[in-house]
Amino acid sequence: MSDSVLRVRDLAVTFPGRSGDVQAVRGIDFDLARGEVLGLVGESGCGKSATALAVTGLLPDSARVAGSVRLGGRELIGLDDDALSGVRGSRISIVFQDPLSALTPVYTIGRQVAEAVAAHAGIAREAALERAVELLDVVGIPDARTRAGAYPHEISGGQRQRVMIAIAIAAEPDVIVADEPTTALDVTVQAQVLDVLRRAGELTGAAILMISHDLALLAGFADRMAVMYAGRIVESAPVDELFESPRMPYTAGLLGAVPRVDAAGGRALAAIDGAPPALTDLPPGCPFAPRCPLVIDVCHGTEPDLDPVGGGASLAACHRAQELASGELGPAGELFTPARGPEARAVQPGDARGLALEVTGLRRHHPLLKGAIFKRQVGSVRAVDGISFELRDGETLALVGESGCGKTTTLMELLELARPQDGRIVVLGKPTEELSAADRRNLRRELSIVFQDPFASLDPRLPVGDIIVEPLRAHGTARAAETARVSELLELVGLEPAFAQRYPQQLSGGQRQRVAIARAIALEPRLVLLDEPVSALDVSIQAGIVNLLAELRDRLGLSYLLVAHDLAIVRHVADRVAVMHLGRIVETGSIADVYSAPAHPYTQALLSAIPIPDPRAERARQRIILRGEPPSPSAQLGGCSFRSRCPLFAALGEEARRPCVERDPQLSAVGAGQQAACHHARGAPVG
Amino acid sequence: MRSSVVIGHFRAQRLALAGLVVLAALFVLAFAGPLLSPWDYDERDFGAFLQPPSGDHWFGTTQTGGDVFALTMRGMQKSLVIALLVAILATGLAAIVGAAAGYLGGWVDRLLMWWVDLLLVIPAFLIIAILSPSFAGKSWLLLVILIAAFLWMVTARIVRGMTVSLREREFVRAARYMGVRDRTIIARHILPNVASLLIVDATINISAAIIAETGLSYFGFGVQPPDVSLGTLIADGTTAATTHAWLFAFPAGLLVLAVLAVNLVGDGLREALDPSAGSSS
Amino acid sequence: MPQAVRAGRARLPLRENPPLGESARRDMTKFLLRRLANWVVLVVLATSLAYVLAATALNPRANYENRRPAPAPAIVDQRLDELNANDKTPMLDRYATWAKGVVQGDFGQTVNGEPVSDEIGRRILVSLRLLLIATVLGGALGVAAGAWSAVRRNRPGDHALTVISFTLLATPPFVLAILLEILAVRFNDLVGASFFEYTGEFTPGQEGGFLSQGVDRVQHLVLPSLTLILAEVAIVSRYQRSAMLDVLGADYVRTARAKGLTRSVALRRHALRTALIPSATFIAYNLSLLLVGSTFVEEIFGWHGMGELFIESITQSDVNSVAAVSAFAAVLVLLAGLLSDLAYAVLDPRVRIS
Repeated sequence: MSDSVLRVRDLAVTFPGRSGDVQAVRGIDFDLARGEVLGLVGESGCGKSATALAVTGLLPDSARVAGSVRLGGRELIGLDDDALSGVRGSRISIVFQDPLSALTPVYTIGRQVAEAVAAHAGIAREAALERAVELLDVVGIPDARTRAGAYPHEISGGQRQRVMIAIAIAAEPDVIVADEPTTALDVTVQAQVLDVLRRAGELTGAAILMISHDLALLAGFADRMAVMYAGRIVESAPVDELFESPRMPYTAGLLGAVPRVDAAGGRALAAIDGAPPALTDLPPGCPFAPRCPLVIDVCHGTEPDLDPVGGGASLAACHRAQELASGELGPAGELFTPARGPEARAVQPGDARGLALEVTGLRRHHPLLKGAIFKRQVGSVRAVDGISFELRDGETLALVGESGCGKTTTLMELLELARPQDGRIVVLGKPTEELSAADRRNLRRELSIVFQDPFASLDPRLPVGDIIVEPLRAHGTARAAETARVSELLELVGLEPAFAQRYPQQLSGGQRQRVAIARAIALEPRLVLLDEPVSALDVSIQAGIVNLLAELRDRLGLSYLLVAHDLAIVRHVADRVAVMHLGRIVETGSIADVYSAPAHPYTQALLSAIPIPDPRAERARQRIILRGEPPSPSAQLGGCSFRSRCPLFAALGEEARRPCVERDPQLSAVGAGQQAACHHARGAPVG
Repeated sequence: MRSSVVIGHFRAQRLALAGLVVLAALFVLAFAGPLLSPWDYDERDFGAFLQPPSGDHWFGTTQTGGDVFALTMRGMQKSLVIALLVAILATGLAAIVGAAAGYLGGWVDRLLMWWVDLLLVIPAFLIIAILSPSFAGKSWLLLVILIAAFLWMVTARIVRGMTVSLREREFVRAARYMGVRDRTIIARHILPNVASLLIVDATINISAAIIAETGLSYFGFGVQPPDVSLGTLIADGTTAATTHAWLFAFPAGLLVLAVLAVNLVGDGLREALDPSAGSSS
Repeated sequence: MPQAVRAGRARLPLRENPPLGESARRDMTKFLLRRLANWVVLVVLATSLAYVLAATALNPRANYENRRPAPAPAIVDQRLDELNANDKTPMLDRYATWAKGVVQGDFGQTVNGEPVSDEIGRRILVSLRLLLIATVLGGALGVAAGAWSAVRRNRPGDHALTVISFTLLATPPFVLAILLEILAVRFNDLVGASFFEYTGEFTPGQEGGFLSQGVDRVQHLVLPSLTLILAEVAIVSRYQRSAMLDVLGADYVRTARAKGLTRSVALRRHALRTALIPSATFIAYNLSLLLVGSTFVEEIFGWHGMGELFIESITQSDVNSVAAVSAFAAVLVLLAGLLSDLAYAVLDPRVRIS
């Protein structure tokens, strides 16, 4: 295409490794037209980050690059560092994932942006700083002139990412590469930053290569999509076509596995069996073949090329793409049938029965201390500020909210099984303040936890069998019965008993999480606490774990208290939800009620910020974008703690605002079984 | 299974392997050498004062007719044994105290760290030197204990730091929330995970102990006569070093070789146990 | 050893919207003053401990008992009392007398009856000269060597420097000093002139004006300071190399290059500047290691500094001098600690309260 500003052909990147070379990228082609947004999607290990670094010439020296990357007609592969330095920033720039580590800690943000400005224009220092302040203003940093003297650790994550965007557009490049720019951010902040990125692209007319693992995010952001798997592009199409009719089974699988926050959610997720292949040891043929439901003999022998399908702009690398496109094989959405059928639960929510968990007025404040020898308290961080909720037997309640809302602290407080700072906790009928040490130990048989990070929650020095047997041993299970029970548990979570001899490092993320789940149900608990159990996993693996959790709950009659920030996942596994903000519960109700008609403005903004994997719906959406930064949990605000960001508050008149400023709203009913803590709550359909 | 992986990584580093070989050779030399030599370390050959190395006296003779080879072997025995004992004592103590302080926290931890801070304000060398006259006539084991008494503190601090961060790691918290007892957690989860740190630290302690002991002995604050260590030998050979180099060269050379070998092995172990550390070539 | 002390360092407060400029400077001053108070307490305690140990372990009475003819016990007691070194006096009393004196600047008398303060007055500058040269030159060269080595990782230059550093690190200071002395003698013989001087600080009775005296001093200075400098370069370069390697792969260096800065500019401005932070504090804390090293150097090269005094006073059972040298060592560590805190506060905007 003569119109393309970036032209990549046959790009291949190889890294040397301890046990052999790793081919991170194995020959990809794509074009990026002027002003276009291309979304590059794939899971961990597919090579998308390596592609981003290769295209900007920032790979480590040990990496070997082959192929052709033409930027505006000029070949970049093979250029020396000086020549590439001339191109970077001025013709192509990049926004990285983690803005805290991507900004130099010892220089102010103003100086770092000014450096980007001055790198390609021979202008004086003051002029560069002036321009830097302008850029900071453009990306929406409030009070830019003063903030320019701040250091990276002094501003919030969202602001840091805006600074990164400012740096990226400082020299007005033709291409902006964004490598997972919002992955480390909360969802409401993500919406803000995507907005800034979009505007930055429009302002400079630059094309954007947007790299992400989040299909839903790209649905509303990209013009064209390319799907990567095992180092190659396996499908490429305009965004509408990709989502509506995928031509490659992997794409179909991904689409089926993405959790959805809208009405289409609530169906079971379709999981893809197995895991992405290790790039050091690729079998011949299509790398997706071991996991593909459409696999035929030729797939194991020859790797399919990325070829046009059906005469449109779509390209797919699948031997059966034509068949998929023509509809012979049925709708793509049903390729991966969900493992879980409609509700066959041992215990139905809504049945009258006991309470697994009862929390009243829970408070946890951390004192802020000042002084070296004699510390005095200058305030407190109100991590959890008076919350109350109930969890019935057999039910799944989700605590959702963004970082800093106190959901994890709540979980930790519950796990201590001790008298809380304030309030009351009753676990499985036993009040925690009355527990003796022996009672506590016994209660721990019935209460267990699954942590977020499957890499950190398993001791790397112990084999899997020892990890699972630890709770059994701690509570006096007979030695003779141990091996049998471990095998039984492994099978329950979908792993072979032989896994007991392996070490965590030899397992994939999904397998490790299954081991963690096996450990959690080893003693047949009644209540399981789950702290973001799937957020560290790839999308196609997430679905499998979510389905497993639901299946175990149904079979064993477990009650779940689930803490998550991803409301989409929550929709697929929870019965009721409680939304937290700055240590308070601001809304609670059944999934159906809260998701279809959220009453609290924060819930509305939250749901509005979550992308849906449907490009048309995304384009048509009315987004509620919150203005400003989340306030710190140590700030003392009278009245409603949300009002600094509340779009409702901003639109109200003086009179109506008074209750928000003066009185802290309490949870009050807004419908059957639904409560919200807002003076002006009303149910509103999700925009 | 894991140990074979570690051994494999270690073997891949030639320098570390060379260090290990040299170290083993030095040990063999120190303990088997005297058996081969015709001279004992306390014998005096009155017909051969200050002789350069010859067929008769492989490393030459001292001012009083002592055989330098025998003396050097004896000195090396002493220095190596002291260093090994110090390292074992220091590392063992550091592991237990550091892990307990780090895991239990509270006043135990604070007291321990404050005490360590205090003792580190004055260099250990000075304190041991001050105390040395009081063990003038006594066994060199006292020296071992004294040197170990200072070396353990540094390792204990590091172990404590690692324990504190391990304590918050999710697999330790999971064990706590399962109801596993504290002492079981320390033994099953904490100590094995600091094991690689301890191994590397033990080798560092060996070389630190060699240098500490020889330094102290040089001034007469360490190993006391009639006992012999590489430090005392070097001290004896100092004044004549410029003219009769063999009095100095052999003990000093073997000393440097020993420390170098230990350092290389330690570096190799660190690479093998924790390849992500990446601090060495 | 330095790492352990570093681990216990306290830090400045972190705030959400921190003050810039004026109030930040006030915060820093308060922080440093608090640290100073902390250090002073530690120094007092450590020196007291050293005094008590010295008074317990050393036996000045033996100095008199070993004379022939042995003086009468009563005279010995009287003599010891004058020196505040009588083991029959309770420890607490002796300590109190000594402490009272120290607060007024009087460190008591040596076993020869002279004021300790005079003795250390002469010697402090001698030792400080050596230590300062070693720290500044050794530190600067070490940082440069380490940074250079890190950038050329695994290339011949790096390997060579690593080998040299490892060998130097394996060579205790006394071995290194004597080795240099031997080499100097050989060199002198070869050249046929006394190019390197290795006894004392200067030639007594040296004639000639300022220039020739200066040259003479430099000739005497080279070997002792070279010993310490080499040791310092070895240890600092290893540390700096490791710190640089950590930073070379950092994301912000990649960002700097993404802006269009060439590799060398990005490394210099972003990597080196950030890696200097831990190095500066490391060099400061090395002062106590250098102190021990300079003790050897002073003995071997005949410099009359605090280290030489220390060795002499132990062999002579001179409690007061030993205590004075210990105080000197403790104060040096205090200065080092303060300098390191200062360096950290100045170089790193991220410092916070622990």
